[in-house]
Amino acid sequence: MGGPSRGVILQLLLVLAVALFFAFVVANTKANLERAGLSAGYGFLWDTSAFDINQRLISYDSTNTYGRAFIVGGLNTVLVASMGVIAATIIGFLAGILRLSPNFLISRIVTVYVEFTRNVPLLLQIIFWWVILLALPRVRDSIQVGAFYLNNRGVRMPAPVFEQGSVVLLIGLVVGVVATILVARWARARQDATGHKFPVGWTGLGLVVGLPLVLFLITGRPIGLDLPEMGRFNLQGGFNITPELVALWLALSTYTGSFISEIVRGGILSVNKGQTEAAGALGLPSGLTLRKVILPQAMRAIVPPLTSQYLNLTKNSSLAVAIGYQDLVSIGDTILNQSGQALEVISIYMVTYLSLSLLTSTFMNWYNGRIALVER
Amino acid sequence: MRTTNWAKGAVMALAIAMAGVSAHAGTLEDVQSAGVLKCGINTGLAGFAYTDDMGTWTGFDVAYCRAVAAAVLGDPDAIEFVVLTGKTRFPALQAGEIDVLARNTTWTLSRDVDLGLTFVGVNYYDGQGFIGRKALGVMSATELDGASVCIQTGTTTELNLADFFRTNNMEYEPVPIETNAEARAAYEADRCDVYTTDASGLAATKATFDDPDAHIVYPEVISKEPLGPLVRHGDDQWADIARWVLNALIIAEELGVTQGNVERLAGGTDHPEINRMLGSEGSYGEMLGLASDWAVHAIKAEGNYAEIFDRYIGPDTRLGLQRGLNALYKDGGILYAPPFR
Amino acid sequence: MKSAPRPFFRNRDQMIPGRPAPVTQVGVLGWLRTNLFSSWFNTLLTVAALVLLWRIVPPLLGWTVFNADFSGETGEECTAAGACWAWVDQRINQFLYGFYPPRAYWRVNVALLLLIPAVAYVLFDKLPYAKYGRWYSLSYPVIAAILLIGGFGIERVPTDQFGGFMLNLVAGLAGIALSLPIGILLALGRRAKLPVVRYASVIFIEVVRGVPLITLLFVAIIILELFLPPRVSLAQLVRVMVMITAFSSAYMSEVIRGGLQSIPSGQDEAAQAMGLSYWKKMRLVILPQALKISIPGIVNTFIGLFKDTTLVVTIGLFDILGQARLLQTNPDWIGKVDHETFLLAALFFFVICFSMSRYSINLERRLDTTRR
Repeated sequence: MGGPSRGVILQLLLVLAVALFFAFVVANTKANLERAGLSAGYGFLWDTSAFDINQRLISYDSTNTYGRAFIVGGLNTVLVASMGVIAATIIGFLAGILRLSPNFLISRIVTVYVEFTRNVPLLLQIIFWWVILLALPRVRDSIQVGAFYLNNRGVRMPAPVFEQGSVVLLIGLVVGVVATILVARWARARQDATGHKFPVGWTGLGLVVGLPLVLFLITGRPIGLDLPEMGRFNLQGGFNITPELVALWLALSTYTGSFISEIVRGGILSVNKGQTEAAGALGLPSGLTLRKVILPQAMRAIVPPLTSQYLNLTKNSSLAVAIGYQDLVSIGDTILNQSGQALEVISIYMVTYLSLSLLTSTFMNWYNGRIALVER
Repeated sequence: MRTTNWAKGAVMALAIAMAGVSAHAGTLEDVQSAGVLKCGINTGLAGFAYTDDMGTWTGFDVAYCRAVAAAVLGDPDAIEFVVLTGKTRFPALQAGEIDVLARNTTWTLSRDVDLGLTFVGVNYYDGQGFIGRKALGVMSATELDGASVCIQTGTTTELNLADFFRTNNMEYEPVPIETNAEARAAYEADRCDVYTTDASGLAATKATFDDPDAHIVYPEVISKEPLGPLVRHGDDQWADIARWVLNALIIAEELGVTQGNVERLAGGTDHPEINRMLGSEGSYGEMLGLASDWAVHAIKAEGNYAEIFDRYIGPDTRLGLQRGLNALYKDGGILYAPPFR
Repeated sequence: MKSAPRPFFRNRDQMIPGRPAPVTQVGVLGWLRTNLFSSWFNTLLTVAALVLLWRIVPPLLGWTVFNADFSGETGEECTAAGACWAWVDQRINQFLYGFYPPRAYWRVNVALLLLIPAVAYVLFDKLPYAKYGRWYSLSYPVIAAILLIGGFGIERVPTDQFGGFMLNLVAGLAGIALSLPIGILLALGRRAKLPVVRYASVIFIEVVRGVPLITLLFVAIIILELFLPPRVSLAQLVRVMVMITAFSSAYMSEVIRGGLQSIPSGQDEAAQAMGLSYWKKMRLVILPQALKISIPGIVNTFIGLFKDTTLVVTIGLFDILGQARLLQTNPDWIGKVDHETFLLAALFFFVICFSMSRYSINLERRLDTTRR
């Protein structure tokens, strides 16, 4: 790089160019909007939306505002993205490990899965899963397991109805979770000090599930169940997961899962073979070797690229529009169509996805810092 | 940010390059100097806009575009089709990317006023209805409490549906789907109990089912959907042209002027309105800023309204639509064009 | 002197003939045993896998091939038992070339043929006439553009007639080619010592990578026109290309940054010691090495971008998926080809992306050995 003066001039020029560019764009936009007689601004968010949304995590109906519809859509995006991240991680780790399996058939099937999903556009895969789900039995011929019904309109299950006193159960659950974390810490400290193991898993299960269960019985069962029933057209009552959500979720998690499996495989292969042999020499069974020796070391290579896969998954959830899962983009499109506020709607898309990306990468960087610290 | 430099350079260069092409002028001058009409159409709607084996656009809406091109430029093929989705159609027209939009668009107040657009007429009177399986035993859309309803997103149908169920105090599960093909597939797979769209679409959809008689179109029509071509706000001359091409096609049917006889009739007849329309009497073309035989070209392109209707969506096509409301006023419909005078 | 310890073997008059390994260890049986039935868990997996295959493969083959209809003029002639492939015959050209005029199909084909040496000269060192080859590779985009769009005595084809698989290829290839120089600049900018340059690069890269491509395409199609001076209009494809290029250059810059980071700092210091200026140092020493290491990453970025070009269907361009949807709305075929058209498109993508990803893995291995 040249002397500081040259650097300064270069930077000033850059600032000037960027400023000019933005001035150019803003001036043009103004002129164009004026010419078309359009108004810019976010006031439309308080107008009545007048359309319905079939899946909502907060209450909403067609008399609410565009703004609230946006929030419903944003929450739906967050829902499918977080479900997808969890499932993709599980699928990815399983497939990555199974692909290295000594079982010829299994490793080949996993290879075929990985290659197919990685090399076909996601849009097609989303439609594929949706078509598969639509081929499930019709609502009148639902597959019934207890109070659970599976048909091509989704999975309908009993919904809990919280009555008075159910707060106690929530408190019990929180107490159970906190106690489990404390026990786990204590057990680890003890194992480090004495070498004795403590059955954290079972204790945790008892605390997290058992405690609320006992409270549930003591307080006189304050949670009722809303059971699905066949109505004239549909199953009524209970809680329904739509096939659109499931299709999108499956497509996103299998697609991203195949990328994650490659990362996991690469991570495992990057661990020195001597580690496996040493663990074998110590008499560790292969499952334990994988869990306690290989994966912790592989994680260091796995986590950074994992972050960008999570980001991709979140962004790819915007393809929901193809099958009518009402995420942010799908609802935003409808709003754009009704209100004509293109600039504003697209800016809302961008800001939302940017914030989601920022949140995810902040969290993953924190996690990455933690495992890196533990290792070194 | 080097890209901005690059982008700015590119944009500037293009701006300079293009500034010469499009001087400040009306749409008519723009179209005439470009020698091509930019017409916005649907991404694909059976009967209204679709491609044939050769990849050429054809259909009911496309025929209108061709008539406008023929009237303005004398050549029905001097068209650049710009294919637009539900959400890109208005921005494209506002931004001047297209000269006229013929994409089965419902004429509403907010679109006409707030979005800066001008509807020039109605080329198809439609209305939203429902189709369902006969096996459901439902005879009317008012019995649909609790049903799942398949619907195409991003259109006024979503709003009408919400209104209809709300006013009738009924619950429903909307299943919004982006394309007609997929919405249709979802209904056929029984993902929803009923499918709602414009009546023209319902008839077309019903005809394509394996067993059309197993389905019933309910009698309720829950909305008015006057579909028509539109142009940008603020260029009255261009709006007049777009309006009168449509009127000419309708009047041509009324007066029996067809693709086959229009050239012969253009030589002069003893019917004064035909003469005025086809340019052998008066100077109506000049008033519009067009050649005197503009209507001859427009009608020669695809024929009069009835011929276009029958060719693409009429009873003999796979869609099998009846004229219904779209018959001439003298045949019991509401198609009524102002006179050529 | 003690006698030597007696050997624990005895001399024999004749060798014991070699015995074959147990049948359970070699041959088909042995292979099966070690690979499929080595433990009860493994056996369980094998059985599960076989059941899965049995449930999927025969019905799939039946539907796609054995029960399918391959001839007919309209969807009416297709039976419901299997897939309907009758449309392929009359529509395959539109799937491949979109609305490109049939008399000019050869131009697309020639452009595609010319691409092969252009790519080869970039990827391989030891080709004959390598010096001229590089120049050819550099000028290929111009040649391809003239062939496809026309001008210079060739009939012009407006870009709105581009479509089908060709549109995917053009968008993907042009996106990568254009994003390479921009990506390099962004990667250098991100590592620059000048704070303004660095922050500007970081903001651009992170913003573009933080939003879905689909929203950038909306920008291209819906609001880019608003940013231009009134009455200035760009073709849809050009606007889409601008956004695709911006998108892929952000990804590209990260790939190249990875390449730059893997160059040992000794190279940098040595180049400075030689008295090379910044740009000379980059051009002659750092970038050639960094780019070579980045090639597998670039190929992977291309695969991703190529698959993403299908998103243009959501804004109304007629790439291969757009053509599929168009056929699905054709009155002759409506309701008959919903799955078949998408399946064929998937197959096209699979073949190309799969072979490229194989190539990239291969390349990665080769590059790896040369470095160690």
